[in-house]
Amino acid sequence: MKYIDEFRKRSAADGLIAKIKKIASKKVSLMEVCGTHTMAIFKYGIKNMLPERVNLISGPGCPVCVTPQIDIVRAIAISKLPNVMLASFGDMMRVPGGNTSLENEKAKGRDIRIVYSPLDSLDIAKKNKDKRVVFLGVGFETTSPSIAATILKAYDENINNLFFLSCHKLIPPTMKALLSLGEVRVDGFICPGHVSTLIGTIPYEFIAKDYNIPCVIAGFEPLDILQSILMLLEQINEGKALVKNQYTRCVKPEGNIKAMEILREVFEVSDSSWRGIGVIPKSGLKIREKYKNFDASAFEIEVEDIKEEEKGCICGNILRGINKPYDCKLFGKECTPLYPVGPCMVSTEGTCAAYYKYERRR
Amino acid sequence: MCLGIPGKVIDIEGAMAKVEIGAAHREISLQLLPETKVGNYVIIHAGFAIQLINEEEAKKTLDLLDSISNQMNGGQDEVY
Ligand code: SF4
Repeated sequence: MKYIDEFRKRSAADGLIAKIKKIASKKVSLMEVCGTHTMAIFKYGIKNMLPERVNLISGPGCPVCVTPQIDIVRAIAISKLPNVMLASFGDMMRVPGGNTSLENEKAKGRDIRIVYSPLDSLDIAKKNKDKRVVFLGVGFETTSPSIAATILKAYDENINNLFFLSCHKLIPPTMKALLSLGEVRVDGFICPGHVSTLIGTIPYEFIAKDYNIPCVIAGFEPLDILQSILMLLEQINEGKALVKNQYTRCVKPEGNIKAMEILREVFEVSDSSWRGIGVIPKSGLKIREKYKNFDASAFEIEVEDIKEEEKGCICGNILRGINKPYDCKLFGKECTPLYPVGPCMVSTEGTCAAYYKYERRR
Repeated sequence: MCLGIPGKVIDIEGAMAKVEIGAAHREISLQLLPETKVGNYVIIHAGFAIQLINEEEAKKTLDLLDSISNQMNGGQDEVY
């Protein structure tokens, strides 16, 4: 496929690896912020190609993993209300929340649908006028503009039976929160390419300026990731901290202005709670007053207090880059992709799931 | 969850477009990328085109990658 195959060429990968080996002079830790990068890094065996001096750590960029249990519990409570149909991306179905999950509830007969696009939920609402359709919105800036566009469309079409539960999160404030916690040493960030197609390169500038850490916005094919690692090492060697763009074919400095306008029209920034991290100021999105008729957070539900972490699960530390899955006593024993204990094992992009699938035998 | 796939726009009708992704066809929304034209390649996420793919930039990246691999495999590009 065009724009994929060319970026998987073996000869070019060999060249990049040789150059990385040549210039990697000291021990460095690079964090890939995005869960889709984590998956790609494991899928293509990139960790094993790198010299040991170059350590990759996974960051908090898996939307499924960072959604706190309470949000899942809320979604489940909403699905139990009369006349409600719940729609969600497939990734959310198996996430544990208060001893159950959307998948379990669906098996018990609740009307829960998996959709590929938020627009599908609009179609469902149109076809089921007698039902209240609630879309569970998760995702970073890659996804939230699509939800905003769907809300605008529903607004224009006077749809009155479609609602959204916004669990959206923002990437730059999270990177800031991670750095200000000061628990993990990061010498360079591999920044999320698809988030950046929307937000552009400017929102990362503070990391380079205030924290003196180089950033490279990276594409998702193996050559993209290797080249980004090389670009980070070059900056580190030269003592520079700049925001550089490897994914120039898709990322413009200004991002997608129209999409961000739509996002800001519908949503405003709010504080948000992250699984394993806690509340991060200004790191989430809530629906603006003008569109409040679409906001499912106004639904009256009763939810019990729940403790955030399952016993023994250290997902929180893994999301903050402090621990690796091997440090968890449950990893590969009580906790496997078939019987996940924590969200990092549920999500296909979760760090524990990636280690289980690709690294366990080593 | 931030997966985006490249597709070629083959038809546009209002705010919707038909795209070719490998051998498959799919309908997507252009609400976030109204400037899209037939023939463009776009990145698709959750049923929306989120950004155009810039052919020239892709070529520049590939040329740079080629020059790195030539350089590492015997410095051939020093001929120039
Ligand atoms: S292995 Fe399972 S229990 Fe342990 S941190 Fe990962 S998800 Fe949590």
